[in-house]
Amino acid sequence: MAAVAPARRTKRRSVPVGRILLLGFFLLFVLWPLYWMFNTSIKPSDDYLTVPPVWFPTAPTLVHYEAALFAYRGLDGLINSLIISLSATVLSALFGTLMAYSLARYNTGGQHLSFWVLSQRFLPPIGIVLPVFLIYRGVGLYDTHIGLIIAYTVFTLPVSVWMMFAYFRGMPKSMEEAALVDGCTRWEAFWRVAVPLAAPGIVAAAVFAFIACWTEFFFALILTSRTAFTLPTVFRAFIGFQGAQYGEAAALAIVSLVPSIALGVLAQRHLVRGLTLGAVRG
Amino acid sequence: MAEVRITGLHKRYGAFHAVRGIDLDIRDGEFTVLVGPSGCGKSTLLRTIAGLEESSEGTIEIGGEVVNDFRPRDRDVAMVFQDYALYPHMSVAKNIGFGLKARKMPKPEVEARVAEAARMLGITPLLGRFPRQLSGGQRQRVAIGRAIVRNPRIFLFDEPLSNLDAQLRDEMRGEIKRLHQDIATTMIYVTHDQIEAMTLADRIVLMRDGLIEQQGAPLDLFERPASTFVAGFLGSPRMSFLPGTLKLDGSAAAIRLADTLLPVAPGRTLNGAADGQAVLLGLRPEHLTRAHAAAPAQGIFRYDATIDLLQPTGSRSYATFRLAGAPVMAELQAHDVSRPGERLPIDINMNRASIFDAKSERAI
Repeated sequence: MAAVAPARRTKRRSVPVGRILLLGFFLLFVLWPLYWMFNTSIKPSDDYLTVPPVWFPTAPTLVHYEAALFAYRGLDGLINSLIISLSATVLSALFGTLMAYSLARYNTGGQHLSFWVLSQRFLPPIGIVLPVFLIYRGVGLYDTHIGLIIAYTVFTLPVSVWMMFAYFRGMPKSMEEAALVDGCTRWEAFWRVAVPLAAPGIVAAAVFAFIACWTEFFFALILTSRTAFTLPTVFRAFIGFQGAQYGEAAALAIVSLVPSIALGVLAQRHLVRGLTLGAVRG
Repeated sequence: MAEVRITGLHKRYGAFHAVRGIDLDIRDGEFTVLVGPSGCGKSTLLRTIAGLEESSEGTIEIGGEVVNDFRPRDRDVAMVFQDYALYPHMSVAKNIGFGLKARKMPKPEVEARVAEAARMLGITPLLGRFPRQLSGGQRQRVAIGRAIVRNPRIFLFDEPLSNLDAQLRDEMRGEIKRLHQDIATTMIYVTHDQIEAMTLADRIVLMRDGLIEQQGAPLDLFERPASTFVAGFLGSPRMSFLPGTLKLDGSAAAIRLADTLLPVAPGRTLNGAADGQAVLLGLRPEHLTRAHAAAPAQGIFRYDATIDLLQPTGSRSYATFRLAGAPVMAELQAHDVSRPGERLPIDINMNRASIFDAKSERAI
């Protein structure tokens, strides 16, 4: 032991210059546009395009935030986006988990149904937007929260199902079987054993679904107008006849980042906890 | 506590016929070991008893009641799995108490029974830990605790020791045997390990290709195997099989192996044997010893062997030599033999030897 310890210490002390440089460069690459965006959102309008650029605004202002959120109805879009994305995410995770479990454990639909589910993503969405628009108009779903929630749930389901399908298939059956013998019904074995074990997978699938809903633009544009419009559609308004509203666009972009980052932080804790749940065999 | 009766049981997976007609009676309190090579249907049979697989045909009775249509939870059986199948998101105490909680037992009683089971298995200090913090042997104890806490009518074990290292396996094997002695509940145990089968079982059910090849007390199967398959499966090192022909001459019978004539032990019945019939003589290593007495006793055939392979294990040495051209292994005392090439007299105990028909491979 005594002979090994000093060698280890010297190794730990040496600075990995290459790694720090690489990480530093990567960090700059990622954070630079964010900084530029934030900077623009608090600059007075006259400073947007000056040469040389204003690196640190001397008189930061919140006028762009005010305009983006209220004049351009960004706040309404934000609230709509939250309602629609969160609802669709919950539904997608719920149905996705149930369907994936059925496919994985009962081999529902033989060997083809699972792939058919995924194949629904092959179709470019633009191919179905007109029929969907007409149907929505006909049944009164146009420009409603429910309408967009349904659409987003359907769009995100294939990926949710596929992710959860892979997850359940990788999980040993024996724990659920133990629960069945121990005194659980099929439903209890699913709910009390399979779901807790699949939690990391469910969280991951939900994060994917949320990101897809949160950033979706095309269907939101076609299927909503003045009531159920979502945050991405608000950005249209910033490019108009009088030029681009850089400050407002940047301000709203910053606002739209907040839920994504909050979700990422929350989910990460779950994902990390989930990883340590594995490895049950000795 | 209950007896198990299986009648005409079949299990098919599509075109694959895993269990092909099993009839089995297991007495109350009996320790039955289902043993056989992988793919012989033993695990499928166990899982069908547990209710985890549906039978394609036939009935399963537990305690006189046909349970075919019962859900696993209603069969009142407990099962220990090969991979332990502990719930990783629950503490040891929760794992053990899970089945009781699922059956809506009041909390104080659950706690009392968990504590009692933990005490029995010596895992009380582990109750607050999670499965990932346990060693393989500790996990297996928790899995057994989860089974005994429920006080089921039948215990089912599905290769419970095969994930453990050799030393721990021996230890746990002893503990399972002691557990059965203490609680005397019917146990059905699946393994492919013949040592586990021999040491644990009141009765061994040896399976092959979805059928029972032979069943009975371990020593019955060991001493009187019904076929070369049974004879070869039980016992380590394996029984040696020597091809020869049967010579019947009035009341005396002998087996001719090339140029050597081995007299069959007097008084041994040879059912349906014919003169000149092709047979296999089955000799276990322990049927052969170094000759010490001046003249061989009745039923002992003495042979001058030249040892060509020696495998010392410390207390014993496994010596291989050729008898009429075919290799035979003898289990000798370590001091009986010192090196390969040595020539020594070997006594072959024909009283214990098995004789099989060469074609059907069934015992004569």
